[in-house]
Amino acid sequence: MSGGTRLENANPLIFQRSGERLVTAADEDEDVADPIDDREIFDLIRSINDPEHPLSLEELNVVEQVRVNVNDPESVVSVEFTPTIPHCSMATLIGLSIKVKLLRSLPDRFKIDVHITPGTHASEDAVNKQLADKERVAAALENSQLLEVVNQCLFTRTM
Amino acid sequence: MADNSVLLGLVEEFVSGQVDSKAAETATGVKTGQFTILQLVEALGLSLSSSQHQTRGRGVQLLSEVLQESYSSLSEREVEVLLAFYENRLKDHYVIIPHVLQGLKALTKCSVLPPGSAVSILKSIFQDIHVQSLMLAERSCVYNILISLMESKEEELKGLGADFIFGFVQSVDGERDPRNLLLAFQVARNIIQRGYDLGKFVEELFEVMSCYFPIDFSPPPSDPRGITREELVLSLRAVLTGTSQFAEFLLPLIIEKLDSDIQSAKVDSLQTLAACGLTYSHKELAEFLPGLWSSIRREVSQTASERVETAGLSALSALVSCLSRSVLTSDSEDVLQVFLSLVLKDCQHHLCEPDLKLVWPSAKLLQAAAGASYRASLIVSAAIIPSLLEQYNNRTQCAQRRTLLEVLQGFVQPTALSRPADGEDSVLVAFQQSLCGVVFSALTESSAGLQITGTRVLTALGQQPGLMSQPDVEKAVDHLTRLILEEDDPKVSLAVVECSGSLAHLHPKAFISRMIPRLKEEILSGQSDAAVRQRCVTVLASVSSLSSVVQESAPVLLQVLASAHTGSCGFSVEEVAAVCISLQKIAAHARDSEEIGRFFHDIIIPHLLGLCLQAALQSRDAGHSSPLTDEAVLSAVVPVMSTACAALQSESASRMAAQAVSLFLDGDVSFLPENAFPSKIQLLQIQSPALSQLVCLLMACVCSLPCSVEIPEIDRLLLQLEDLSCTCPHLFSYTCAAKCFAGLLNKRPAGEALDAVLERVMKRISVELENSSSVQRTRALTLLLWVSKALLLRYHPLSTALTDQLFALLSDPALGSQAADGFGVLMSDSQDVLNRGCHADVRIMYRQRFFAENSAKLVEGFNSAEQEKKSCYLKALSHIVSNLPRQVQLTELPALLPLLLEALACVDQAVQLSTLSCLQPVLLEPPEALRNQLEALFSRLLALTTSPAMKVRIASLQCVHALSRLPEHMILPFRARVLKALAVPLDDKKRLVRKEAVAARAEWFLLGSPGGR
Repeated sequence: MSGGTRLENANPLIFQRSGERLVTAADEDEDVADPIDDREIFDLIRSINDPEHPLSLEELNVVEQVRVNVNDPESVVSVEFTPTIPHCSMATLIGLSIKVKLLRSLPDRFKIDVHITPGTHASEDAVNKQLADKERVAAALENSQLLEVVNQCLFTRTM
Repeated sequence: MADNSVLLGLVEEFVSGQVDSKAAETATGVKTGQFTILQLVEALGLSLSSSQHQTRGRGVQLLSEVLQESYSSLSEREVEVLLAFYENRLKDHYVIIPHVLQGLKALTKCSVLPPGSAVSILKSIFQDIHVQSLMLAERSCVYNILISLMESKEEELKGLGADFIFGFVQSVDGERDPRNLLLAFQVARNIIQRGYDLGKFVEELFEVMSCYFPIDFSPPPSDPRGITREELVLSLRAVLTGTSQFAEFLLPLIIEKLDSDIQSAKVDSLQTLAACGLTYSHKELAEFLPGLWSSIRREVSQTASERVETAGLSALSALVSCLSRSVLTSDSEDVLQVFLSLVLKDCQHHLCEPDLKLVWPSAKLLQAAAGASYRASLIVSAAIIPSLLEQYNNRTQCAQRRTLLEVLQGFVQPTALSRPADGEDSVLVAFQQSLCGVVFSALTESSAGLQITGTRVLTALGQQPGLMSQPDVEKAVDHLTRLILEEDDPKVSLAVVECSGSLAHLHPKAFISRMIPRLKEEILSGQSDAAVRQRCVTVLASVSSLSSVVQESAPVLLQVLASAHTGSCGFSVEEVAAVCISLQKIAAHARDSEEIGRFFHDIIIPHLLGLCLQAALQSRDAGHSSPLTDEAVLSAVVPVMSTACAALQSESASRMAAQAVSLFLDGDVSFLPENAFPSKIQLLQIQSPALSQLVCLLMACVCSLPCSVEIPEIDRLLLQLEDLSCTCPHLFSYTCAAKCFAGLLNKRPAGEALDAVLERVMKRISVELENSSSVQRTRALTLLLWVSKALLLRYHPLSTALTDQLFALLSDPALGSQAADGFGVLMSDSQDVLNRGCHADVRIMYRQRFFAENSAKLVEGFNSAEQEKKSCYLKALSHIVSNLPRQVQLTELPALLPLLLEALACVDQAVQLSTLSCLQPVLLEPPEALRNQLEALFSRLLALTTSPAMKVRIASLQCVHALSRLPEHMILPFRARVLKALAVPLDDKKRLVRKEAVAARAEWFLLGSPGGR
């Protein structure tokens, strides 16, 4: 973010953040089991930082709750994300951050699928393929520079 | 002559014998008058003129060390001779120079420096010495010589003119040690601030100082000198920004450094620029303004760091306020106007794109510029506000309107600098009509966000005189009333409540005439639902800060209680309690206004007492149960009365005490309104719970009065209370009686009367505890607990005996657990009695004292107790520790840690929970002692993450989360184990648990990973 570098998209559209999920009486009740739902998954990924801007993925509308689908009994999660511009070079990195965040935050019974919202990126297929390939994801996380950037995206600022 | 031989001996031993301690002895000799300096010099004669430079060195060293001790007693003549000698020695061999400089440093501190000496010292130093080839200590000597000469001989040094500056520049050029730099910066600051003529050496002086900017210094880890980066930064900043002569060099340097990639350099540059704003005038700035502006703008709009942003905004604000100070001449253009039009040109168009990211940085820049001075705010507002208003009216999407309104809010609130002076109008007067129009339109929108922002702007407008006409205020009040009645979003009502509170303080009439009647009608209509009534009650409390409003609003609340009592509107117990909370908020204003206090004393308290008594009598006689007989409601009435009574002035306080006591002791109902009570009611006798529990109201009235108020018939009262607390079968009644008893004891002056009461009650407690019936013993324990608390708070000597009795009860099979919980009561602040708000005698740090005196007893008791009784001790301990202040917890933790770990393994979930909650804050700043216990701590905590109790799981996960902030080398060995263990709660059935697990696991993943920590 230094003065010299130029941003790909210096003045992006900003969207409003949704508030914290309200805690209901059922949430407080010991005996009620709360299934993992779309909103819970969305809450996991909405605060991920954008690699370029001091903004969250939610504020840039890269992730939306309607594009999150979870099936708790069958242990499947699917997340679509929308890069801010069609030729965004950060798309893979954003996808990887989402994937890593979910891998760290969900029980390992879940199958996690992260892909680009159809028709929103120039090289959609290539990115999707990379993100779906378990071994490539694992290999990417072995790369300490890449891991550093991913960790910065996942760093919670409210500390 | 004897002296002389002693002196010769000392000199001989120092110079030839190399005995360093002899210098101190010689110095003492000189100071006590045993020898004179002249004698010393004579004795030194041979050494000083020796051809061996080691010998000469030793000689000069002795003389210098003596001078350092005795420079204050020298005469002018002596100083002159010595100076001549030392100046001459500067030309000598290099091994001697350090001692020569020490001597000179001592001489320059003399108060009797002969005229002209300063100049000659400096000339010799600058001529004969190359400062930067000296060692650290000698360089520091030179700077100290400069500093002391600048203090004593300012005029002479100024006479030296530019030579002095040149000499200084030469000697400081290339200095690297931070300690010496601090001294050098001090010299430079003196040069600049005391008006030395820099001559043609301005640029040289700047160069030699600015090469350190921005300062990059991190002190070594165990730095004994404690020089911080901050210190260096501030003293260098004072030099660089001290004079406007540096401007032409400094400003380009700042622009250059702002391009740096290092964040601290940016922040430092921006802060330095802000400091320039104070000393510069527009002449120095003019040339660089475009460059500075574009750098500031770039930093603010691109940065991710709040520090850079804040620094950038304050730099801009400083520049603008500097330009605002400039005096206009008729032929030149207005620099402020020129600069602001540059700012406006770059920022204004972003405000037309309320969806895009740059709207906020641009708005903040403009607000910073506008906030710098009244004149700047005039110019900026004139350009921005019409366009913001127009856009607001043209856009229809709520999100866009909200952003625009939030931006507008920043311009509406004046800062300390831009506030109009007396006689000036607010800058917004011209837009008054349209601003109010926009606010009212926002308040009628359906979007909650827009409504909230609308109320904030309204608050800001209402607080500035002249921005809201009377009809506007009335309209605003109508809008607020409507929102309260119709909007059920809690955030909106909160915002409306706040806004009403601040407006009512300025415009009470509009609220009295328009809002309160409407709310009253709504609450008492019996048709609206509970949530609406609740909002009305809350807003009534928040508008009541002035006596005139209170006289209208408090009776409404009282009426609500009355109708709750008759049961006409179907108020629930919770609602009635909420009404009482609102009344209490109003009562809290009695502290600031005597009038409100009197109103409560005359009207509210008698009515409340009357209502409660009526309710109690009815329930006894007719079995009709009014909400006012409910314990929850009575517990809410208590704080109303005690808050009001605590604020009473002496005369009305005494009357209050007399009335309350005669009501409760003698059944005197004469001061109650609607006097329809039977005479001779005995309130402190044991009877139906509905009547006996009214003792809590007695407590509220008499226990919160100031200490100076004498309670009539206190002994009879105490006796009756004691009886009630020991014999009444009703839990709430006997607890309140015990509290009231304790509250009175706490304020009773020490003396025989108090001792007698104490002796009686202690005997009574012991007797009752001997009983076999569990109810009787519990009552005795309650009384014991509250009496102990009353005495403990005031450091009464008897308190130890009572608390020892409590400790003994911990091993009691029946009362152990209750006694353990009692320590929670003992240590925490009680809400209704025995707190500082009730004027109780509370000594500072009584908790620490109690802990220090008793923790050993507790540990001992724990160790000797049988296995099944241990949990009571742990519970008591965790109550005590969790109420201690953080600092004390941290220092005491090492001793207690084994016990607390034991408590974590204890099966009692309450103990687990309270231990976790007291551990968690401690873990944020872990003490050294934790280091050795980590293994045990982790295994206990991780085991608790699968506990059957949800709260325990959450608390233990929070602790595991907190542990991730410990130094990396301590916890890295546990990383794999923690990550594995935390995978289990990720699949917990409760969402709240999963949330904590996710947060903790994310932090542990970042630990030791690149880009993490």
